[in-house]
Amino acid sequence: MNYWDIFKKGIFEMNPIFRLALSLCPALAVTSTVFNAVGMGLCVMVIITANNVVVSLVKNFVNPKVRVPVFITIIATIVTLTQLVLEAYFPAVNKELGLYLELVVVFAIILARAEVFAMKNGVVASFFDGLGMGAGFAVAMVFIGLVREIFGTGMIFGGTALAVNVFPASYDGPMIMILAPGAFMVIGLMIGMFNVIGEYQAKQAAQAKAALLVAQRGEAV
Amino acid sequence: MEYFTLFMGAVIVNNFVLTRFLGLCIFFGVSKSLNASVGMGMAVASILTVSSALAWMVYNWVLVPYNLVFLKIVVFVVLIASFVQFLEIAIKKFAPALYEMWGIYLVLIATNCVVLGVPLINASANFDFIKSVINAFGSGAGFALAIILMASLREKLQYADVPKTLQGLGIAFILAGMLALSFLGFSGMIPL
Repeated sequence: MNYWDIFKKGIFEMNPIFRLALSLCPALAVTSTVFNAVGMGLCVMVIITANNVVVSLVKNFVNPKVRVPVFITIIATIVTLTQLVLEAYFPAVNKELGLYLELVVVFAIILARAEVFAMKNGVVASFFDGLGMGAGFAVAMVFIGLVREIFGTGMIFGGTALAVNVFPASYDGPMIMILAPGAFMVIGLMIGMFNVIGEYQAKQAAQAKAALLVAQRGEAV
Repeated sequence: MEYFTLFMGAVIVNNFVLTRFLGLCIFFGVSKSLNASVGMGMAVASILTVSSALAWMVYNWVLVPYNLVFLKIVVFVVLIASFVQFLEIAIKKFAPALYEMWGIYLVLIATNCVVLGVPLINASANFDFIKSVINAFGSGAGFALAIILMASLREKLQYADVPKTLQGLGIAFILAGMLALSFLGFSGMIPL
């Protein structure tokens, strides 16, 4: 498996949010605006990549019996560092993400990647695995954020310098999209959508396989 | 009165699952069966109360005096995970019957955003000891309420004709959205 494949699988095939249904809390909590979704997505991407690299580096020195506590401590340290950096350079982002950034520590996806991938693979492969999983997470976050913000308020990046009106200013969107219930419903529908796409792809693959079989039989005859 | 408002606020208005979005992995994973949900809700409520009390002591008696507040994430995670692990071993040894019933939930709770979230909220809100414990117990009770309601709804869902693509997690999310909608009606009831 080359590095591109390792990177790619995190985005669709094993998308942490839609496919694995892991790390859902922030997917709902900070996606009311695209800006927050981008911030959180990038932070998680950095944290998961850094954690994969560190775990891969130290894997030979850690007794397998105590690996989970060690991993958790590594993750907690990286999260603390990220938070301190944000607090120093991007205080506004830090205030928006707040508690949810701190709770990245207990993300199932980060521990799972350390356990499933970084523990068994080299540093470079682990780096790309983390990057891919993080990118998959970030893409999903931004996607949810786009739907919620556009339909909720009619604009993207509202409240920042980049604000763009998608719908005319007279658009009076349903507030529910930005509030809690909208988050649940949007994600529910998106999981359904991903299922439809997955089914379609499976069907296509099956058809291609059948066609190949027919062609092979034709050759044999 | 102040304590009562805090408690009701934590249970209903700022419900942990439905308005703060914490503990969703357990919420969606366990709410398939009502029995498991009752067990999980009770386990979370009790562990949350005790671990928040422990975290309060460590935070206010160790971290604050020595200016180590920035270490709170690392310290809380290790503290709670080891407390839950200790509890698991103790229950296994002294009350095997109870362990049969609850053991599996303890493992799931050990590193979870519900149990870590409340101590962090308490720390950032600068609650005193009694308020911290009340907030923790209220949050745990709110979690139990939400997961039990959700499990009852999902059991009914088995007889419903759900479109194939939405079966499982998809419809569960939409259902949770409806539940959150009804909880939204409480917002503004208690000024916080």
